[in-house]
Amino acid sequence: LSEALAILWAHRDTMLAGLLMTLQISACALVLALVLGTLLFGLSLGARLMQTALTILIDTMRCVPFLLFLYLIYYGLPAWGIVLDNFTAGICALTLYNAAYFAELMRGAYRALPVEEIEAGRAIGFHGPRLIWRIVLPPLIATALPAMGNQAIQIVKDSAFLLIITVQELTFAANEIQATYYVPLASFVCAALGYWLLCLGIEAGVRGINGRALAWRT
Amino acid sequence: VSWLDALTVIEGAGITVLVSLASLTVGLPLGLALALIRWGRVPLLDPAAAVVVSLLRATPSVTLVLLVYFALSGMGLSLSRFEAAVATLGLGTMAFTCEVLRGALMSLRSDQLDAALSVGMGRSLRLRRVVLPQIFRMALPGLVNETTLLIKASPAVAVIGLVEATRAAVRIGAATYEPLPPLILALALYVAIIACFVLLQRGLERRMRLAA
Repeated sequence: LSEALAILWAHRDTMLAGLLMTLQISACALVLALVLGTLLFGLSLGARLMQTALTILIDTMRCVPFLLFLYLIYYGLPAWGIVLDNFTAGICALTLYNAAYFAELMRGAYRALPVEEIEAGRAIGFHGPRLIWRIVLPPLIATALPAMGNQAIQIVKDSAFLLIITVQELTFAANEIQATYYVPLASFVCAALGYWLLCLGIEAGVRGINGRALAWRT
Repeated sequence: VSWLDALTVIEGAGITVLVSLASLTVGLPLGLALALIRWGRVPLLDPAAAVVVSLLRATPSVTLVLLVYFALSGMGLSLSRFEAAVATLGLGTMAFTCEVLRGALMSLRSDQLDAALSVGMGRSLRLRRVVLPQIFRMALPGLVNETTLLIKASPAVAVIGLVEATRAAVRIGAATYEPLPPLILALALYVAIIACFVLLQRGLERRMRLAA
């Protein structure tokens, strides 16, 4: 085992680059999915048609495994003349897949929101995007935060699927070292610890934001 | 895309169902055991279970299946692809089941246990007749939700070469240069599989409501 650890230590650059790639991809996808999800949620507040469309979109996403969705983007889109490189395809797939979930989480939190706050906001002259940004979103995000944290963890975990389209993320790096030097236990356990670190980071972040949100309100 | 190709994808979906059911059979009892260990605050085992569950929940199935398949065969315990797939997804199921059931155990009202004690029920009888039926009822939606997550994570086992629905579809797409039709067929099959589990949940809930 000490030999395996020595090999792993000698290739710490590869593992670290993989970890950074995973972090980069997850962070990009998280931000984009949050923006797109908020947009979808905003649209769903409007017409009944949009609500139905969003429900169908989310129910479909719930049934599609992420890998299948990734393949649809990566191999399916070129059939319509859209060719993406593996990195872009990966981020697109993660973003689109999770935006639907974020929109649904926000919608769930919105339904639990007290109507009085929004009416009070309207009464003192907030309307349109400013009403949503200043009055609706802050308590909504506070409510939806724990579930959103779980979804962020899901993004990190799903990003491992990108190794299949040869994006050089953490599992890809571990697999490369494993394949060359045959140290599967050490390299994959190291990768697992990397994911654990990222997830604990997300959980700590969620707790931090939550604490600050509580302090802000009182 | 020929009928034969479609049949291959359907066969792959059969493997998906088989792997998922086997993982549930492995993971549910183990998850229940871990949940009871954590609920009962068994010394040493409780913190160990907490760490294992936290680590397993953070590890992607792709990473875990590679770990199980290659590391175990490196240690002289060579598993077939199917066994490695079931072991991996079973471990994931165990971790999630533990969390779901622990949540249900925490919300179990203590007067239920007091009542069972007051009529002189022993520990195993209490567990069988009072605790388990109640937490199962409470946890059912969570467990079905977890099963759909399991099915959605199952394509991960394709990285060790097990041909399940997703891999079968991609292979046919690569062979025929028409990637979309087999992928869409696979998608339809996943929708059908997951719908079956959701319908099963509704059926069970209805039966439990009638029984209660």
